[in-house]
Amino acid sequence: MADLETFRAEVRDWLAANYPASLNAPMSEDEAPWGGRKMVWKNPDAKLWLERMGARGWTAPTWPKDYGGGGLSAEEARVLSQELARIHARPALMSFGIWMLGPVLLEYATEDQKRRFLPPIVRGEIRWCQGYSEPGAGSDLASLQTRAEDRGDHFLINGQKVWTSYADQADWIFCLVRTDTTKKHEGISFVLFDMTSPGVEARPIKLISGSSPFCETFFDNVKVPKDQLVGKLNGGWEIAKRLLQYERQNISAGGFGGGAGLELEEVAKGYVGLRAGKLADADLRARIAAHKMDAKAFALTVRRAETESKAAKGPSPAVSIIKYAAASLNQAKHELMLEAMGTKGLGWDGEGFAPEEIRETRAWLRSKGNSIEGGTSEVNLNVIAKRVLGLLDHQ
Amino acid sequence: MSGLNEEQVMLRDAAKAWVDDKSPVAALRRLRDQGSQTGFDPAAWREMGEMGWTGVVIPEAYGGSEFGYRSLGLILEETGRTLTASPLLSTALIAASALNLGGTAAQKEAWLPKIAAAEIVAGLAVDEHPHHDPARTALAATREGDGFRLDGAKTFVAEGLAADLLIVAARTSGEPGEASGLTLFLVEGAADGLVRRRLQLIDSRGAADLAFTGVRVPAEAVLGEVDRGFDLLETVLDRARAGLAAEMIGTATQAFETTLDYLKNRTQFGQAIGAFQALQHRAAKMFTEIEMARSCVYAALDAIDANANDVRALASLAKAKACDTLHLVSNEMVQMHGGIGMTDAHDAGLYLKRARVAEALYGSASWHRDRYATLLGF
Ligand SMILES: Cc1cc2nc3c(=O)[nH]c(=O)nc-3n(C[C@H](O)[C@H](O)[C@H](O)COP(=O)(O)OP(=O)(O)OC[C@H]3O[C@@H](n4cnc5c(N)ncnc54)[C@H](O)[C@@H]3O)c2cc1C
Repeated sequence: MADLETFRAEVRDWLAANYPASLNAPMSEDEAPWGGRKMVWKNPDAKLWLERMGARGWTAPTWPKDYGGGGLSAEEARVLSQELARIHARPALMSFGIWMLGPVLLEYATEDQKRRFLPPIVRGEIRWCQGYSEPGAGSDLASLQTRAEDRGDHFLINGQKVWTSYADQADWIFCLVRTDTTKKHEGISFVLFDMTSPGVEARPIKLISGSSPFCETFFDNVKVPKDQLVGKLNGGWEIAKRLLQYERQNISAGGFGGGAGLELEEVAKGYVGLRAGKLADADLRARIAAHKMDAKAFALTVRRAETESKAAKGPSPAVSIIKYAAASLNQAKHELMLEAMGTKGLGWDGEGFAPEEIRETRAWLRSKGNSIEGGTSEVNLNVIAKRVLGLLDHQ
Repeated sequence: MSGLNEEQVMLRDAAKAWVDDKSPVAALRRLRDQGSQTGFDPAAWREMGEMGWTGVVIPEAYGGSEFGYRSLGLILEETGRTLTASPLLSTALIAASALNLGGTAAQKEAWLPKIAAAEIVAGLAVDEHPHHDPARTALAATREGDGFRLDGAKTFVAEGLAADLLIVAARTSGEPGEASGLTLFLVEGAADGLVRRRLQLIDSRGAADLAFTGVRVPAEAVLGEVDRGFDLLETVLDRARAGLAAEMIGTATQAFETTLDYLKNRTQFGQAIGAFQALQHRAAKMFTEIEMARSCVYAALDAIDANANDVRALASLAKAKACDTLHLVSNEMVQMHGGIGMTDAHDAGLYLKRARVAEALYGSASWHRDRYATLLGF
C-alpha cells in the first residue's frame, strides 16, 4: 500500500506539472479527443495533453510497456484514474483502439502485429472503426456476408458494412469477413486494414439526433495483405466475441453519458419548482427518486463486480448485466431529463432554447441507440438467460 | 355509443384516403427539410377546408356541418397516422370550440364562417411555463379606456406563428395560481405590440413564443366573461385534450403497424424477428395498450358530443392514456427496428419526436393523472 501511495504522490506531481490549465474549461462535443490522422485540434493544449499522456503510456495504463502502454498494475491504474477524476481531467484520448481492439490484439495477435499496431493506438495516432454489422447481419452477426477471397499473398475483400461508427473519420478498420462460405461461425476471419486502401468508401448516415456519427461502408476489391489477419484463418468469431466483451465492459467503466452533464434533480427543481421544499410534481419526484436508486444500485453493482472478479480471477456473474443495465439507465435518465425540462426539452435548434437545453434534447435522442449499439438489449438478455441462467434455447 | 354512423364511416374513409394520397409522412419530412416557418402546407390546409373538415364542430348557421367531436376525432386519428402537420386541431377544434362555447353572436359571426372555410388559422395561447398549468397564467390584461391592454408572454403556442386569430388567456385579477381572475381574449395575430418568434421544435411543426407589450384590444375582444374565464378555458382545453389524444392514438396505431410489419419482414437467425417471443409479447402488450387508450379517447369524444357531466375526467383519462401509449410505442418503434430505427432516413425518429411534443401539449400524463385524482376527490 505504501508503494501505491508513493505512486499516487508521483501521479499528482506529474499531473500538476503536465495537465494544461486551458483544459479546465468544459469540453464541447467537437473537442472529443479521438486522435488519428484526421483529427482537427480546436485547442492545441488538448493535443499536448494527449502527447504527454501517450508518451507515458497512460492512455492505455495497463498495457505492457513493450507496446507503448503504461505497464501499470490494476491497482496503479485505479489510482491514476482516481487522480485524473480528482482534477476533473478531460480524457486525453477516446479510442476504439484502446477500448476494443487493443485488448484482443494483446490476446490474439502475433508479436509483430502487436509491435506494429499497439503503440500508434496508445499515442492516438491511428483511429480505428469497427466493421461488424451488415445490412443483413445485425443481431445475427455471424450471418455476415462480406467476402475475403484468398489471392495468394493477399485477401480480396468485397461487401458492405453498415452502422460503422466514425468510418469516415477512422484511419483503420477491424473487420469481420467471410473466408469460408460453407460454414457460419467457423467461416469468419478477423482482419485489419487501412481505410485509405483503394476500394474503401464510407458514406455517413444521419442519425435522429441530427449528427452523422455512423456510416455505410463499402468494399470493392480491397486488397488486404495476409499479415493483417489476426488469429487463425476462419478463427475470427472467437476474437469477435471477445472484443464485444471488452466493448461491453468498457461501457461499465465509462457509462454512456451524453448531454450537458446536468444533474437530474437540479434540472427538475429549476423547471418544475419546489412546493414546501419538495419537487412540485409528486409523480415526477417519485420517479426521479426511483431512478436515482437504480443509478446507485448500478454503481454499487459495478464496484462489487470489479471486486468479485478480481477475487475470483474471472468475471463475476454481475458483469453480464452491466451493458443492459447501463443502457436502460441512461435512457431512463434522458427521458426523465426531457420530462423535467417540459417544453424547454423539446427544442431542436434556434432561438428560445439555451444551448444546454438543445444538447440535452439531442442527447436524449442519441440515447435511444444505447440499447441497440454493441449488441441490442434483447440480445444481451438472451445471453444472460442462456449463458448465465442456463435456460434452454427455444430456437 | 362507439358505433359509427354512415356519415362518420364516410368521413373516416375519405380522411384515410386523402392522408395516404396527399399527406404521407414524406410530406412532413419535406416541410422540415424545406425549413418551413409555419410548419404546415397551406395547400393541404385549403383542401381540408374544401373537404369540410374545418367545419365539423361548427354549427350549420356558421358554415359548418356540426357532425361533432367524435367525427373530428376520426379525422384527427387519420392525420395523426401520417404525422400530418396542419392547423386542424388548433383552428377547427380548439378555436372553433372556444368561439362556439364562449362567443357572442357577433364574435361567432365574425370568425366561425372563416374557420369553417379554412380562411384563417387560429391558435390558443395559454402556457407561460415549461409545464402546462393554466391557472398559473400571469399575462396581465389591464383595463384602459373602453378596452384592455395586454402585457406578458406566452410559450409553446401551436400554430402561433401562422395564426390570424389568437385566443389568449390573461389575468384580469388575482394571482398566478388562482383559477379566478382569468379572462380570455380574441387577439389578431397582426396586433400592434405582439411579437411572435418561431420555436423550432423537434416535431418540426409550427409553434411560437409570443411577447405582448401594450397590446390594445377593445372590450368586444373579451371571449366569455371577465375574471371568469377559467371554466371556459378548461372546457375548451378538454376538447383540445380529447382531440389531441385522438391524433395521438392515430400516431401510435401507425407507429405500431409499421413496427409490426418490420417484425414480420426482418429476418435474423433465419427467421422473422417477430418469431421471437421476447418481441411477440411486447407487440401484444402494445396492442393491448393501444386498444385501451382508444376506448378512452372515443369515450371522451362521445361525452363531449353528449354534453355529459364527466367530460373533464374523461378528457384527462384520454390524454393520460394516449400519452403513456404513444410514449411506449414510439420507444419500441425505434428499438424494434434496431440500427435503422436510429437513422433520420427512417420514420421512427419522426414518430418519436412528435410523440414527445404531443405528450407535453395541454398537459402531460403525470399532470392529467394528478387532475384525475383531484376530480375524483382524492
Ligand atoms: C449508435 C449506433 C452505433 C453503432 N456502431 C456500430 C459500429 O461501430 N460497428 C458495427 O459493426 N455496428 C455498429 N452498430 C450496429 C449495431 O451493433 C446493430 O445495430 C445491432 O447489433 C442490431 O442489429 P440490427 O440493427 O441489424 O438490428 P436487428 O438485429 O435486425 O434487430 C431488430 C430488433 O430485433 C431484435 N432481435 C433480434 N434478434 C432477436 C432475438 N433473437 N430475440 C429477441 N429480439 C431479437 C433486436 O433486439 C432489435 O430490437 C451501431 C448501432 C448504433 C445504433
